[in-house]
Amino acid sequence: MSFMSDLVHGADNQFDHKSLNALQKVTLRAVVVAFLFYGLAAIEGMIMRMAAITPSIPPVNGSVDHYFAIMTVHPIVGIFGSTYQLVFGAFLFLIPFLTKKPLYSIKLANAVWILITVGTITSWLASFIYNYAPLYTLYWPLPADTTQFKAIGGVMFIVGVALIMVGTLGFIYDVYATVFSKVGVHKDKTTKELLISGFGIDGMMNLWYKLTGRQPYSKEPALSLPVVAIFRGTVDTFLDALVILTAGVLVLVYLLFDMSGVKLDVAAVDALLYKNLFWWGLDLVADGLVLIYVAGSWYLLATLITGQKLFMENVARAALMLELLVSWMVWSHHLLADQGQPEMMKLISGEMVTAFELLTQGLALFITLVTLWKARPLKMTMELKYLLGGLVGFGLAVPAGIIQADMAMNRVLHNTQWIIGAHVHIAIIVGLYMTLYSAVYVLWPLVTNNAKLWSTKLANAHFWLHLIGGIGMGAFMGMAGLDGMLRRHMYFNGEYNFYMILAGICGGMLLLAWVLFLFNVIMSVGLKGLIGIFLPSEHKEASYGIEPVKA
Amino acid sequence: MTFLNSLELLAFHNVAYSVYSALIIAVIAWFGYNLTRKEKAEPLVRIPFYGFIAFLVAAGVGHHIFTYNVVPWVAEDITRAKNTPSKIYKVTIEKHQFKLPSEKLVLNCGDKVLFDVESKDLVYGFGLFRKNHTMVTQMQVNPGSKNTLLWTFHDDGVFDLMSTEYSGPKGNAMFVPNVVEVSGCKEKVATNGGSK
Repeated sequence: MSFMSDLVHGADNQFDHKSLNALQKVTLRAVVVAFLFYGLAAIEGMIMRMAAITPSIPPVNGSVDHYFAIMTVHPIVGIFGSTYQLVFGAFLFLIPFLTKKPLYSIKLANAVWILITVGTITSWLASFIYNYAPLYTLYWPLPADTTQFKAIGGVMFIVGVALIMVGTLGFIYDVYATVFSKVGVHKDKTTKELLISGFGIDGMMNLWYKLTGRQPYSKEPALSLPVVAIFRGTVDTFLDALVILTAGVLVLVYLLFDMSGVKLDVAAVDALLYKNLFWWGLDLVADGLVLIYVAGSWYLLATLITGQKLFMENVARAALMLELLVSWMVWSHHLLADQGQPEMMKLISGEMVTAFELLTQGLALFITLVTLWKARPLKMTMELKYLLGGLVGFGLAVPAGIIQADMAMNRVLHNTQWIIGAHVHIAIIVGLYMTLYSAVYVLWPLVTNNAKLWSTKLANAHFWLHLIGGIGMGAFMGMAGLDGMLRRHMYFNGEYNFYMILAGICGGMLLLAWVLFLFNVIMSVGLKGLIGIFLPSEHKEASYGIEPVKA
Repeated sequence: MTFLNSLELLAFHNVAYSVYSALIIAVIAWFGYNLTRKEKAEPLVRIPFYGFIAFLVAAGVGHHIFTYNVVPWVAEDITRAKNTPSKIYKVTIEKHQFKLPSEKLVLNCGDKVLFDVESKDLVYGFGLFRKNHTMVTQMQVNPGSKNTLLWTFHDDGVFDLMSTEYSGPKGNAMFVPNVVEVSGCKEKVATNGGSK
């Protein structure tokens, strides 16, 4: 086939959007939008990388207002617009696929990606038009500081975030309604049985029964392990959405009163208490749902890649329960530099409980590696390659975070480039995204009805550029952090240019990787196919694999 | 082993984490290579499962025990309410401006100083930096809370003050050069521009 034919109709004309059912289409819609937002986040990242080297470079032009406006929307676009969408899209496909039940509501699934997309764009516009820039941390009373920001910009930003959270609640409802629906293989299960399995209590009971020499409590758990991980991670997603919505309502009330000419007293809200509540909720994303979803994704990918059962499944189920409890008690590691925070909370929540994340994530890494090892020899497929990349990412990023969650180290690393580079960016870009790319390659034949990938060479180039660029950028940012470079500061005198130039080169590799990936996907499904994904489906099935998929 | 200043601690940390990073990348790469081979690979070391778990627990908890015993400012920080400082400096921050008790805070080597910082409006940071931009120490400054930092200076030098927390675009200009001057120490790292 010619280049033009592939560009318009997809590789070898093999992708037919009309053959896709409603579940496949809603999954692909979320995935396409997620990768477009990823590209926007990557471009924003590169703008900031360039400004970190030469502040006067366009479009920042040395303006701190513009620079911090970009920094404010960057995580909104990257985390919510891209990562949330990608994870939600994949899970709304996987839950029906793994439970052999139809998704509760396709309409709701469509509403989820539309709400998150509209919300992300709204927040982005608030910073683009009004330079609203309290950063994602929203430290009280900065988001309500109308001496620095226009109230209308704040209202627009908060409305955008609220839309994202409403979309998130829609996803949660769809997941739980599907898991608890008593149809198909679960038609004879009680809610209690599904709940026990969802929380991994059956795994704990199996371990206990084994230790006491009894027959297993449950030979066939009601829910498969990846579904348990999604179920468990979604508890944190729910709590996080509630906290962010609460903070949003608070900011909104102050801004609306300000617009009506009434100034409310910002000191009525305790800044440290607010910080505690906010980090408790926000940490449910970073240390809760991400780690739990990722562990579940590793287990799923390892079993799908090897075609074998997961090694130490009961331990994995129990560890997911432990991770849920750990994620509720670790927020104080963000407040180790806050001297008003009680020392015991710093010690127990900030240091000791946080250290358990090394255990739970190390366990997930161990179980995944042994499951792969027991199935040797394996072919080095794209999905296996990316899965290994994801393991490397978290293998680097989790200890980097644990190191900083220490009262000695935090005194000199808090708010430096170490935390955002060596920990956050390596965790998200290398750990999380490489895991998600692995899932994309595993799910590709299922959600596209076996469309051909246009170029394996491009896929490989994407892999290496993303891996090296991601690790490199995080590492050089981290080194600058060790030399004292702050994460939320604009430097004008080239203080850290050596590391910033190297980080910029690696950032360029990441951006190029995304361009190659996007080009490969467009050439695989074609422009017609890409548009077709967003057209209504002729097949209304909300499931995959339990009724024949029409070709 | 004891780390007297952040430069020593960060230099140690830099080496330790770099070695660990090389190791974890090498292990996964070795793993990936051998996953595709038909021949059974012989592991260099055989670590039992419970040994691995014990290692993770020891690493997670031991890290804090290690730093507590070799980094002097941790114990000092936890017990700061009971400690008697050599000097107390009250600093106020309002409308993105530091209000200091004097233009320059002159200290002798080994002085134990309590910085008592109050914010009148937003969340700020209080961070001291060497002339080579490396960080000496810092804390968050929350409005409505007691923000005190007890610090012992072990190096001669002149240090700059910066806000280490974002407080809006205006906060980017919160920089006061040459705020603290320490003299009388054997170590001269800060005056020499720092070394690592």
